[in-house]
Amino acid sequence: MVLQLEHVTKRFGNFTAVDSLSLNIPEKEMFGFLGANGAGKTTTFRMVLGLLDVSEGRITWDGKPINYQTSSIIGYLPEERGLYPKLKVRDQIVYLARLRGMQKQAALKELDYWLNRFKVPEYGDKKVEELSKGNQQKIQFIAAVIHKPKLLILDEPFSGLDPVNVEQLKDAVLELKNAGTTIVFASHRMEHVEEMCEHICIMHRGRPVVHGSLKEIKRSFGKKNLVIHADFDPAYLKDFPGVTKAKQTTEGIHLQIEGERIAEDILKEIVGKGFIRKFVLEEPSLNDIFIEKVGASYE
Amino acid sequence: MNNFFIILFHTYLSKLKTKSFLVTTILTAVIMLALTNMTNIIDFFNKDGEADKVAVVDTTGQLFEPLKEQMKMVNDQLILEKFSGNEEEAIKTVEEGKYKGFLEVSLNSENLPVASYKAMSIADSSIPADLQASLQQMKTVMASNQINIDPEQLEMLYAPVEFEKSALEADAKTEEELNQARGLVYVLLFIIYFAVIMYANMIAMEVATEKSSRVMEILISSVSPIKQMFAKILGIGLLSLTQLAVLLMVGYISIKQNLENMEGGFFEFFGFGNIAGSTIAYAVIFFILGYFLYATMAAFLGSLVSRIEDVQQMITPMTMLVIAGFMMAMFGLGQPEAPFVKYTSFIPFFSPMLMFLRVGMLNIPFWEIALSIGILVATIAFLAVFGARVYRGGVLMYGKSNSFKDIKKALQLTKNE
Repeated sequence: MVLQLEHVTKRFGNFTAVDSLSLNIPEKEMFGFLGANGAGKTTTFRMVLGLLDVSEGRITWDGKPINYQTSSIIGYLPEERGLYPKLKVRDQIVYLARLRGMQKQAALKELDYWLNRFKVPEYGDKKVEELSKGNQQKIQFIAAVIHKPKLLILDEPFSGLDPVNVEQLKDAVLELKNAGTTIVFASHRMEHVEEMCEHICIMHRGRPVVHGSLKEIKRSFGKKNLVIHADFDPAYLKDFPGVTKAKQTTEGIHLQIEGERIAEDILKEIVGKGFIRKFVLEEPSLNDIFIEKVGASYE
Repeated sequence: MNNFFIILFHTYLSKLKTKSFLVTTILTAVIMLALTNMTNIIDFFNKDGEADKVAVVDTTGQLFEPLKEQMKMVNDQLILEKFSGNEEEAIKTVEEGKYKGFLEVSLNSENLPVASYKAMSIADSSIPADLQASLQQMKTVMASNQINIDPEQLEMLYAPVEFEKSALEADAKTEEELNQARGLVYVLLFIIYFAVIMYANMIAMEVATEKSSRVMEILISSVSPIKQMFAKILGIGLLSLTQLAVLLMVGYISIKQNLENMEGGFFEFFGFGNIAGSTIAYAVIFFILGYFLYATMAAFLGSLVSRIEDVQQMITPMTMLVIAGFMMAMFGLGQPEAPFVKYTSFIPFFSPMLMFLRVGMLNIPFWEIALSIGILVATIAFLAVFGARVYRGGVLMYGKSNSFKDIKKALQLTKNE
């Protein structure tokens, strides 16, 4: 079972929100979907969910088109949280679960499991508006996963949560993934994507600018990060040939360099200048890649 | 269960359980009970209070007795007592509350009665009016005696002219029937008017609430917006019928129990004595059609706003249409045959009220009713198709603008180009 997008294009009048996007997301995989604000992520999700029709192209799940008949296999956590503020948690989760084809009893049982898992069993009888934002988030997450979807779309699942809750939710997501759910995961938080996804796609103005396995992308990016902490001032290194970016910190300097060979040259250069407390060559972070690929066009 | 019915019953039950719904229903039922038991209530309060007493200072000594006799015929609840003291003493007793007021009667130069009435307050006009009426009668008798008219001649003078109205049309309603129909139509028009405004509002609010709380995005990812919109309209429709059924039941039972008390009174005037079954049936038909017309409009207008505060502004033009229809219907009650009533009874936004008015008060050919209902149904179908498309796009649109230009934008969102 594969989620497949073939040359999907969406136009609103003259504006092209998504331009010929092709993705192939295999089963039981967590797929990171990145992009700046307005890059076309939500529009893509809405097309996958069938809320918007595609202008061109095709979206299929397991070779079949996605529509309201398949809504019971899809779970969706929208970026903008949405629950009935005046309704009790239990009532609304059961309502939403039934709309996804679940029986009432099964939904109640599943809800109890999730509330216990998030250590908030007492929330069942509370109104949503009485809960804190982070706790509403948990309820929203439960609403998205209660019917055990095969395809789960998470749009910014961790925004607005404290670190403890982020860990709790992350565990839950990983558990679902291990249980065989295909998860599409959109976020601005690169470290979460980096930690959880094998494959990613970075969108920019409706087009995928980077697409593929995370390891592969990092390797082919070529550039590396070099961190130097030393007693002397390493600021002059920013003009060293092969250094593409430099950022001064209180303890030293962070350099972006074109390859490992440059690091060797720099090491040769600074040996003997003074005491070097730290000299580390790092893989580029997803953050760097994102800024490079997306940020470049802003400049 | 099908998603459509899940939404329908969820909407119905969750609205049914709200406090505001229960309070409105109970309150309206209480008001209906009070109205239908009006005679009992008035009796109850009258029994409680003593009959009003008025002190009479008669300076001539010959006016009091005939006035008292006359008063018995005008209002036997008002007791006149002869007062022998002077004016100051009389004022004092009134201030003490022993008397409602005091009346000073005397004769003028032409030997006719004149009077002045003093009371703590003259806000209650019925006592002075009764006194005045009694004195007027006395004056007429006294004056006619002076000019030598005997009582028979007097009666001839005051007898009303005989005037009979009858319609030539074979099945036209008689004057009496028309008055009764007018009362019933009046009440039913009010019900249609209030119900349409109230429930259309409820739908627009419901849609806007789901949109502003963003739960809409989850809903429409499980159920198609069109299905959802109609489930909602039907759910609220069911709610309105429930409320009406409760109220009609209360009204019917209460009227039935009080039927003896009401003869000749207020209720006969309103035509409840012999309620025409067909009028009620048409009221239900036009209520349901009117509801669907305005509910569909309210649903798609509600889908265009992003914040609940903007709902009222958005549906104001629609509310205006309902009010305009109601005003015309109110005017039409007096002249149901006016040409403008006839023409507007075919315009879909007004026909639920105006065609019902004509059906209730006149005998109009069946094809006119059928045509009006046909136009109405076609308009509802058109609005449903159009509204569903706007709704589908509208629920995805967020932003601060909420003008009618957004309808175009919403339609563009759903376009498949």
